[in-house]
Amino acid sequence: MSPVKITREDVLRVAELAYLDLSESELETYRRQIDEILEYIGKLNELDTSAVEPMAQVLADDQQADATMREDLVVPCGVAHDVLSQAPDPEPPYFRVPKVIER
Amino acid sequence: MAANWTIQGVREALTAKKISAGELSAEFYKRIEARNPELNAFLTLSPERARKQSDKIDALVAAGKPLPPLAGVPVAIKDVISTRGITTTCGSKILEKYVPPFDATAVERLDAAGAVILGKTNCDEFAMGSSNENSAYGAVKNPASLDRVPGGSSGGSAAAVAAGLAVVTLGTDTGGSIRQPGALCGVPAMMGSYGRVSRYGLIAFASSLDRIGPLATNVRDVATVLRVIAGRDPFDSTSTTAVVPDYLAELQEPVKGLRLGIPKEYFGEGMDAGVRQKIEAGLEIYRKLGCKLVDIRMPHTDYAIATYYIIATAEASSNLARYDGVRFGLRVDSDSLLSMYRKTRGAGFGPEVKRRIVLGTYVLSAGYYDAYYLKGQKVRALIARDFREAFEQVDAIVTPTSPVPAFPLGERSEDPLQMYLADIYTVTGSLAGVPGISVPCGRVGGKLPVGLQIFGAPFAEERVLQLAYAFEQAGGAES
Repeated sequence: MSPVKITREDVLRVAELAYLDLSESELETYRRQIDEILEYIGKLNELDTSAVEPMAQVLADDQQADATMREDLVVPCGVAHDVLSQAPDPEPPYFRVPKVIER
Repeated sequence: MAANWTIQGVREALTAKKISAGELSAEFYKRIEARNPELNAFLTLSPERARKQSDKIDALVAAGKPLPPLAGVPVAIKDVISTRGITTTCGSKILEKYVPPFDATAVERLDAAGAVILGKTNCDEFAMGSSNENSAYGAVKNPASLDRVPGGSSGGSAAAVAAGLAVVTLGTDTGGSIRQPGALCGVPAMMGSYGRVSRYGLIAFASSLDRIGPLATNVRDVATVLRVIAGRDPFDSTSTTAVVPDYLAELQEPVKGLRLGIPKEYFGEGMDAGVRQKIEAGLEIYRKLGCKLVDIRMPHTDYAIATYYIIATAEASSNLARYDGVRFGLRVDSDSLLSMYRKTRGAGFGPEVKRRIVLGTYVLSAGYYDAYYLKGQKVRALIARDFREAFEQVDAIVTPTSPVPAFPLGERSEDPLQMYLADIYTVTGSLAGVPGISVPCGRVGGKLPVGLQIFGAPFAEERVLQLAYAFEQAGGAES
């Protein structure tokens, strides 16, 4: 975690990965703010964690409800109508999106 | 008519036929109509659903049938929790018109217990914030002082209870979002252990941290509601099968002889002098109740905010990928699919959400994953170890909930890092997965509420509630 300065290009690259349109002023604001936040986060380097196992979730093994597989039961799931009712551009039984494949 | 309703009070009034469930919810809608224009605590009201439910309860009363535990209790639900048929915006423009086709499990359980859902409460967009100023629908005002924030992100849920606009509300807590607004508005507010309450239907922000929990006017009501919503749910694989005890049965057990850990790290610089004075008076109450106060060390506390903002933003950047204009929510039309995604997300998300998506994507991206995300997960393990080791010595940990009382609207909204530091005492317990409550502990200058925070060992909710109840009964709120 070296004290890298985040650049405008970094923010652009990340916004591209996240499919997020940002305006010029947003780019600069976020660059400055995230730079400051990352500098603050840099304090984690004070800790030697070479012998520490990363913690992805907090539940102990015996607290995990799904330690065993559940039965594979078939249950009714006729929700297509409800789900499509919230879609911006439904074409039942599909979601319609702009053309993806160019001919 | 009683101004301050409790769950017990509602039950007694219904049973004695002093009021019907329909009349009671009408009374609350009247209060909301009067106060909400200035408080902005509610985003959506659901009178039709409320009427159906109160009719059902009134029919039970008329037939002399037994009443379910929350019969007729007017409740409100934070707007990041799915409610069937009631608009659920997450405080975001991207979900402005979204109406969930199903209830979150916690809501379904409230409903089955007879609660009357009045509507949805305002919150920071996707629960990202500590002041409620990040809502796309305007900030909530603190009922204790209208020029100040109610805290966040469950600001509307806290303000609604504090102003008497609901008897109980549900909030969600990812880094302090139930406890901190509870503290700033002066109401008891609790998150159970991670896995205690199902997250099914909670619109995800950071899945390894998110929890649903109750805010109410008193600790007994918090315990009652937690018991209703807790427990295994096949729809949330992280909800545990651990038995849900009867929290009310142990509420009045004496706390004499319990060992309370007081971590030095929670009393450092940056803590408001007025808050410090109230918390010290609060600790004195526990001393008088016969608890043993033990100085403990939690050496990784100072790294919690940095750790939290890696893990929470990383998980958020992944969870919020679903808002792409295809299946629900806003779509900004464009000639190609990718450009539709970019425009929709650029237009639909507010500034804090975009900031966190950018930061979260950055810490997960190639070349930075080990330096940030993996490092964050390792420090999270150290913070959890601090708690584990503390609970080998003590029965509970007592701290302030927030270093400062409610701050003026606008004071921190331009400085994200300052805003993040508002959660300095709450994020630790979020990262460690332990249960925590904030209980009212006096008011600075007789006006601005202070919260005392109690952490318990994982799944020791009954101990947390017992200590909170004893504090409340001993006059803690007047500290």
